[in-house]
Amino acid sequence: MDMKRDYYEDVQLFSSGVVVFWFVLLMIGLALFPLFVKNYYVYMANYMVINIIVAVGLNLLVGYTGQISLGHSGFFAIGAYGTVVFMSEAHFPFLLALIAAGLAAALFGFLLGIPALRLEGPYLSIATLGFGLTITQVIGRANIFGGRQGLHTPELYIGPWHLNSDVDFYYLLIVITLILVLAGRNMVKTKVGRAFIAIRDADIAAETIGVNLTCYKTLAFAVSAFYAGIGGGLYAFVLRFIEPEMFGLMMSIIFLAMVVVGGLGSIFGAIAGACLLSWLDLELRNILSIPYVGQWLEALSKSYFSITGVSNIQFIIYGLIMVLIMLFEPLGIYGFWIRTKIYWRTWPF
Amino acid sequence: MDFFKVEDLGISFGGLVALEDINFSVNKGSIFAIIGPNGAGKTTLFNCINGIYKPDRGRILFKGREIQGKKPDRIARLGIARTFQNIELFSHMSTMENLMAGRHNFMKTGLFRGSFMWGRRSFSGREGIANRRKVEEIIDLLDLQSVRNKFVGSLPYGIQKQVELGRALALEPEVLLLDEPCAGMNSEEKQDMIFWVKDIQDELGVTILLIEHDMKMVMDISERILAINFGKPIMEGTPEEVQKNPEVLKAYLGEEEGIGDIA
Repeated sequence: MDMKRDYYEDVQLFSSGVVVFWFVLLMIGLALFPLFVKNYYVYMANYMVINIIVAVGLNLLVGYTGQISLGHSGFFAIGAYGTVVFMSEAHFPFLLALIAAGLAAALFGFLLGIPALRLEGPYLSIATLGFGLTITQVIGRANIFGGRQGLHTPELYIGPWHLNSDVDFYYLLIVITLILVLAGRNMVKTKVGRAFIAIRDADIAAETIGVNLTCYKTLAFAVSAFYAGIGGGLYAFVLRFIEPEMFGLMMSIIFLAMVVVGGLGSIFGAIAGACLLSWLDLELRNILSIPYVGQWLEALSKSYFSITGVSNIQFIIYGLIMVLIMLFEPLGIYGFWIRTKIYWRTWPF
Repeated sequence: MDFFKVEDLGISFGGLVALEDINFSVNKGSIFAIIGPNGAGKTTLFNCINGIYKPDRGRILFKGREIQGKKPDRIARLGIARTFQNIELFSHMSTMENLMAGRHNFMKTGLFRGSFMWGRRSFSGREGIANRRKVEEIIDLLDLQSVRNKFVGSLPYGIQKQVELGRALALEPEVLLLDEPCAGMNSEEKQDMIFWVKDIQDELGVTILLIEHDMKMVMDISERILAINFGKPIMEGTPEEVQKNPEVLKAYLGEEEGIGDIA
């Protein structure tokens, strides 16, 4: 084998034919999926892949660069409102508006990255939290953004195609998500990603090998905000209606929870965490309609909680699952995955 | 013109004078050692040289250019690399990735080309391969083949020191600052380290500034030695001169015994 091959194999996307096989299978599965399920599940898949985009972006910041952000709902909102306003006011085509809104979010990410150069840990989380809350307030009061009434999204055309169903939008989302996830994965395998990880693991040493902290920390914020902005722009079209209340603190926390539950510093983890938490979020809303379990929970909730208890059950279970995952596997779902892989590699010994 | 020179360097932290009147000059391709008891200011001196601290007074000249007060990443780009007394590795990366991180300044793959241009023949692919080849040379030099793909956080202490040396070498430096490369090593590992330090000097022509407590090593390999105590220079000279200097013996050993007895 020629030497050159060897070096490249460390970073190449498909390390073997088996991986290519699974990848192709996954793509076929994703392409056929909407043909066999009810529309509700397509909607759920759309919701999931948007969360995947945001989680992968947030993981680049939190998991890889080691900077925390509780303000990602702010970038998400900038992306959502930016896309809609660029389309309705500036008459941009959808994809251009989406990218422009993503870049607008990235610009805000860059600006938020500047104070982040001097802040760490809890101080940084409060600063980013403040940013997220401010964005919601500003958007809620500006006329161009529809104020408290919110905005309806315009009709969606891409070139000659009119995307007017969840299924149409699903295919667009899958393509965008695939591009962004692969870009993130490649980023962490090249110079920029290594600089991010270097900053997380030992920032002083990172500087002494030539990594400009100012440049790369703000870059990490900008990239992460770009992902959130794109996610937000797409989310607007999944719901077809946006209002400032949606982009609250809870959303930022759920984004962060996805990354932590999935596994910090792993693209796979971000995807898994986003899938699990968005699935739970949607499924647990129907928990009371599950036979037996639902009735039992309803009885439990009526006898021990207040009138609103029934609706809180979903959050209690949601929180409980997060606590259990963190308790038994601090590395999140990624940790489970690694352990399973090691177990099967040596099975049955 | 001196290759590397420090003039009247001084730095204080609040009321504490950490370094004062430090003067020395290093010839290209030589090994220059800095010795002194704990807390004498040796690491502070390194931190000033590579930009982690901004000195209050004095100048640091590298190839005639003033470098004091510049940021660490700028100084790294000029060709000054260092290792740390307490290992500062990127512990969640493999050895290979740590060394590749050391190639940061040699790579031009930015965000866009890194994220979107994939494949062996793309710009980032070719650049990655070329740099991996360089890194492989360092892995060969330092005998790190067996730990190439292991996470450095889980490696034994001595190996981590080696990886850190490798990462500094990956910068292809002209000046290498080694902060206690042999601390905490057993005698066999020390022997290896001394061998590599000599190798780096002889074969790669790197100028080495060395902080070390192992007097035997210092006396063996260094061309000139600077002894400091309480941030002030005691004397600078050849190993023989330093060994004979009563001030050094008093400061360093606390009593007048031959250095050979300790080492």
